[in-house]
Amino acid sequence: MVTVAPRRVLPGFGLTLGYTMVYLSLLVLIPLSAVFIRSFGSGWGHFWEVVSAPRVLASLRLSFGASLIAASINLCFGLIVAWVLIRYSFPFKRLIDAIVDLPFALPTAVAGIALTAVYAPNGWLGAWLKPLGITVAFTRLGIVVALTFIGLPFMVRTLQPVLDDLDKEVEQAAASLGASAAQTFLRVILPALWPAMLTGFALAFARAVGEYGSVIFIAGNMPMKSEIAPLLIVTKLEQYDYAGASAIALVMLVLSFLVMLGINALQSWASTRHGER
Amino acid sequence: MGRFLLIASALLFLGVFLVLPLLAVFAQAFAKGFGAYAIAISEPMAWAAVKLTLLVAAIAVPLNLVFGVAAAWAIAKFDFRGKSTLITLIDLPFAVSPVIAGLIFILIFGNNGWFGGYLRAHHIRVVFAVPGIVLATIFVTFPFIARELIPIMQAQGKDAEETALSLGATGWQTFWRVTLPNIRLGLLYGVLLCNARAMGEFGAVSVVSGHIRGLTNTLPLHVEILYNEYNYTAAFAVASLLALLALLTLAGKNFLERRQPELRHAARVMRNRTQRRSR
Repeated sequence: MVTVAPRRVLPGFGLTLGYTMVYLSLLVLIPLSAVFIRSFGSGWGHFWEVVSAPRVLASLRLSFGASLIAASINLCFGLIVAWVLIRYSFPFKRLIDAIVDLPFALPTAVAGIALTAVYAPNGWLGAWLKPLGITVAFTRLGIVVALTFIGLPFMVRTLQPVLDDLDKEVEQAAASLGASAAQTFLRVILPALWPAMLTGFALAFARAVGEYGSVIFIAGNMPMKSEIAPLLIVTKLEQYDYAGASAIALVMLVLSFLVMLGINALQSWASTRHGER
Repeated sequence: MGRFLLIASALLFLGVFLVLPLLAVFAQAFAKGFGAYAIAISEPMAWAAVKLTLLVAAIAVPLNLVFGVAAAWAIAKFDFRGKSTLITLIDLPFAVSPVIAGLIFILIFGNNGWFGGYLRAHHIRVVFAVPGIVLATIFVTFPFIARELIPIMQAQGKDAEETALSLGATGWQTFWRVTLPNIRLGLLYGVLLCNARAMGEFGAVSVVSGHIRGLTNTLPLHVEILYNEYNYTAAFAVASLLALLALLTLAGKNFLERRQPELRHAARVMRNRTQRRSR
């Protein structure tokens, strides 16, 4: 697998690569293979039985659906936040820029109980939304809120450097040729941002699908209604149903992999298309 | 006009999704006064959770640090086939749900797991004990330090090291005196992020912990237990310690980014490079 280049001055290649491979295999690759082996330990029939159960399907639909919605919200607002932080100056901008990373740094359990406190019917925002007939906490809407929180920095941090590199002169040229602000945005800015937006979307989505800590406090966790797939894995484990838990885990791993593959293909298509213009 | 509308909606969005929840943690923690807060965080079970959290991070972070330096040395300083695959594999734990990260160690070390019988016969507990918590934490924080160091060391090349060697330095001397001082800030940056995740991890640790109070409860798990007992003040008081850790992490991260701006986008550069290579 490894081919050695003819002349090598620096020492330590064998040692460091060997250590990397051993450590990676022992702690990541071999443990992950357990999911594949255990899923089919009781045969295809059992695997299919677990995975096609209505409760499992409902949880998978919810996990992937809510993640898709949350990533879409971040696509829109993440762009606005990144745009504002790169293009405009306003008071406390540095502080606001730093706070964008909060979901990376704040433990998910803390985020979960904090969001619940804010959006519960007696919470700071929940009390305002209640008269409008909107309940966030303990519903599917709460899941979307938690997943939006978790995904935001992925979108903003992916877009910021690309926005920073964007040539303002192109926009000015478009405007001087008579393009409206909307036309400039749709025809000039958006095509350049598209690949980065897809990357941010993919990262936010991938994180959201597997998210557990911040969701379970705000979700209500009703089977068939507000029960996410990772929670169902935990439930199966608590019933010592290892094969069942592994089967759901395998489906999640494969589905996320397929989604990422699709987005990667879309991304390379978008960037080549943009490059040809 | 458009500019103010955009700034206002960005601030409103960040306020509603980030700032209010952060403030809520501290508001709830002090809802019953400072006395109740002090009692909640000085309770023995809370201290046991603090100690376990520190112990787990003290094992997991150095192990991932040594791995990160070794992986970055091999990947950044040498050319070999399969490099981009290796980088993708190192990133793998980021794509796996924390719950699955816990599950895999139960499948291996649990009672019905691969080594379940052997471990039971020798009275060794891995899962539902501290070793399982450490393993799950190592898994979820696996890529942090490596992915910060690889792009930094790639950017620095190997001229400085080759010069040191040609002047008669040994390999170790070169590493300690030349390489390490150059990657110091990146190393610190990776350790900071790795540590924040290690101390705050919930999903993976929750699956393998067994939730034994005073024994296998880390701080985030302790928050959950208190919360589920409707002891909200205590739950938020302990949570405020973790929120404080998060704020310190952000401050440290910001400080390091200001000293070395490349740090900020290092991970992105690495990802793009991998994609370009794999095409």
